[in-house]
Amino acid sequence: MSIIKIKDAIYEYFKRDENGEVMETVQAVAGVTIDIEQGEFVAILGHNGSGKSTLAKHLNAILKPTRGTIYVKEMDTREDRYLLDIRQTTGMVFQNPDNQIIGTVVEEDVAFGPENLGVPTKEIWDRVLKSLEAVNMTAYREQSPNKLSGGQKQRIAIAGVMAMEPECIVLDEPTAMLDPLGRKDVVEAITELNQKKKITIILITHNMDEVIGADKVYVMDHGKVVLKGTPREIFSDVETMKQYGLEVPAPTELAYRLKKAGLSIRTDILTKDELVEQLCQLN
Amino acid sequence: MSIKLENVNYIYAQGTAYEKQALKDVTLEIQKGEFIGLAGHTGSGKSTLIQHLNGLEKATSGTITYDGQNIYDKNFDLDALRMKVGLTFQYPEYQLFEPTVFEDVCFGPKNQKLDKEEVEERAREALRLVGLSKEFYDKSPFQLSGGQKRRVAIAGVLAMNPDYLILDEPAAGLDPIGRTEILDQIKRLHEEKGIAVILVSHSMEDLANYVDRMIVMNHGEKVFDDKTKNVFAHYKELEWIGLSAPAVTYIMDELKQKGFPVSTDVIHMDDAEREILNVIKGGGQRS
Amino acid sequence: MIRDITIGQYYPSGSVLHRLDPRTKILGTVIFIISLFIGDSVLSYGIATVFLALMIKVSKVPLKFIVKGLRPIVILLVFSIGINMLFTPGDAIVSFGFLTITKQGVKLALFLGIRLVYLIIGSSLMTFTTTPTALTDGLEKLFGFLKVLKVPVHEVAMMMAIALRFIPILTEELDKIMKAQAARGADFNRGSLKEKLHGLIPILVPLFVSAIRRSNDLAMAMEARCYHGGDGRTRMKPLVYQKEDGLAYGVLIFYLLIIILVRLFLR
Repeated sequence: MSIIKIKDAIYEYFKRDENGEVMETVQAVAGVTIDIEQGEFVAILGHNGSGKSTLAKHLNAILKPTRGTIYVKEMDTREDRYLLDIRQTTGMVFQNPDNQIIGTVVEEDVAFGPENLGVPTKEIWDRVLKSLEAVNMTAYREQSPNKLSGGQKQRIAIAGVMAMEPECIVLDEPTAMLDPLGRKDVVEAITELNQKKKITIILITHNMDEVIGADKVYVMDHGKVVLKGTPREIFSDVETMKQYGLEVPAPTELAYRLKKAGLSIRTDILTKDELVEQLCQLN
Repeated sequence: MSIKLENVNYIYAQGTAYEKQALKDVTLEIQKGEFIGLAGHTGSGKSTLIQHLNGLEKATSGTITYDGQNIYDKNFDLDALRMKVGLTFQYPEYQLFEPTVFEDVCFGPKNQKLDKEEVEERAREALRLVGLSKEFYDKSPFQLSGGQKRRVAIAGVLAMNPDYLILDEPAAGLDPIGRTEILDQIKRLHEEKGIAVILVSHSMEDLANYVDRMIVMNHGEKVFDDKTKNVFAHYKELEWIGLSAPAVTYIMDELKQKGFPVSTDVIHMDDAEREILNVIKGGGQRS
Repeated sequence: MIRDITIGQYYPSGSVLHRLDPRTKILGTVIFIISLFIGDSVLSYGIATVFLALMIKVSKVPLKFIVKGLRPIVILLVFSIGINMLFTPGDAIVSFGFLTITKQGVKLALFLGIRLVYLIIGSSLMTFTTTPTALTDGLEKLFGFLKVLKVPVHEVAMMMAIALRFIPILTEELDKIMKAQAARGADFNRGSLKEKLHGLIPILVPLFVSAIRRSNDLAMAMEARCYHGGDGRTRMKPLVYQKEDGLAYGVLIFYLLIIILVRLFLR
């Protein structure tokens, strides 16, 4: 069953000059149709300005499409009466870890969502403890978020969303401001949520390493979906990926180069081991 | 011509509950014209180290000399040092404040008390070096894209005509195109102007592709300081301290283990390709 | 320098004081401050000292940490003590030219000094033992009656909580911006007052831009987590008075009574 249905979504905004006159109309999202199945791990790749973040903000009704429709579990995001239900169903994690933590103590921040939803006190505690457990941050329950690393802060943000018991989490470039260890941390946390708790994950990123584990990848460029497939299918087309300003994993790129230089090996590989195996068969 | 650190220690917030030794006995020398990478996980002392190079932080003990002069001497001109050793922090676009790009780049040379013509000449040259043409001069810095803003910020430091340029993660948060653009630009100005560059980066790929020499910090100590290739040969030790080697190094290592006669000190994609083709096309046999 | 300020910080040590209801602590602080102004004898200050010392002991906050919080007010303290000492008429003890230190002056200055120091220690003890969230919750509840008069109590409390959360972040940011501009040759201490004020622009503009960017992000993040004002909100830690609070109120009233009695009968 699909949890999110995006149909011909268009998002327009006006570029204004200094006097507030409209200079031009920009389509940040230019007609996107995507169906996301329950329990899927979906990645949306694209360079900065490709429209991927604007699209992400549509999934929990922070933005509403100028034209076209977006349904979250059959709820039309343009209808205000569904607003809270939509936001409870699809939680959202943003790029800057500092700017999305509201509480001054970790557990209080995680409680912010359920408090807004009017969940009874006892249940809030259950949810907070469970959510912190799910991202391995229980040990930091009573600490100030200011003392945590970027990766830990993002995991707190994820716990804050989990405490609303969503079915789907949209992460808008959650790793862009983190160091490699923090990135790994976050990707591991969301992969686990996807596998163990069957939470639908929509990961927005320009970092190819993070999407290797995804079920499906959409590549966006100029507000449109230009490629769609499994990571293996997407990355094997090295030329096209570069054309859209994206990188491919190092083993894939090396395989592609070797093939171009005349070796008869497959290019739909993702990992070091697969590449080495291919080369072993040659020799 | 060099910046030289000898047995530099730095203790943060000495005498409080937050006391922490951020630098431990660091000794190193940076020559004019070098292209150096600085790596280490968050909290390893990298940021503290670079702030010592231009005198923003003062060492608790140890000496720092610039061209043989002790920078902590009473009559040493620290202001002049900051002009000679330019530094941009992470996300430097957040320091922009003037209404136009051009005026913002003028801020540094203006502080040097140069006359107006010289200031503007410097600004034009700096903007040229980072690849921003005249059409950007009168734009507000806040209208630009992330990568462009960052180039304005770097130009702001370049306009002071530094001999050394320290860049803390200049490519953080940029997409692959933005990354390559800015790093290529930095490399070009290193080659064109002979400016020494110290590039702080979390990306082992970027370090492998751009720098000649690499310094690795861990818990405030310098753990490696050698040619980039030699440092990556220690990838096991790098992993212990939360770093790694470029992906191609691991591929070559695996091939070697499977019996391919390839060398394992490969850090560039080009070299890896050549090496593998040589072995396979040249009929090199697995042993 | 800015980092030295400990007033308003939270110091987790899990003491009885930490567990008290924030309303108890807010009212307790108010009572303590009132007692400082009621008391006017050595005896009453002695009692206040014992009471404060007891509270510090109970709070398990190290004395060193508390004393550090006084550092920013040293100048204010020295200044007001000095003024009182030098300009209070009465029986002279010593005099240098037109400056005379009088017995009354010393007494007044001493009392004033003690009042100021105790006032700061008392109120910082409240912030050390109360999380900012609990503090704002307490204020929200205490002033809740104002809602009837259409005062946006919840909104104000939420704003306070957010401000408290972002002060350390913006302080750090300020530090970074100052360093970044210093690296471009800015000097914040040179020149005339006008030049100094002008020199603040390169710091304040980026700081404001950043604060606005952060507040935009935060507003979006709050909305994404279903924030829609105070209506229908529940609390993870609702304020409910416990037995300990009753005891605390008892202690407070007892203390206040003694101070009043000392003032009335033991002069």
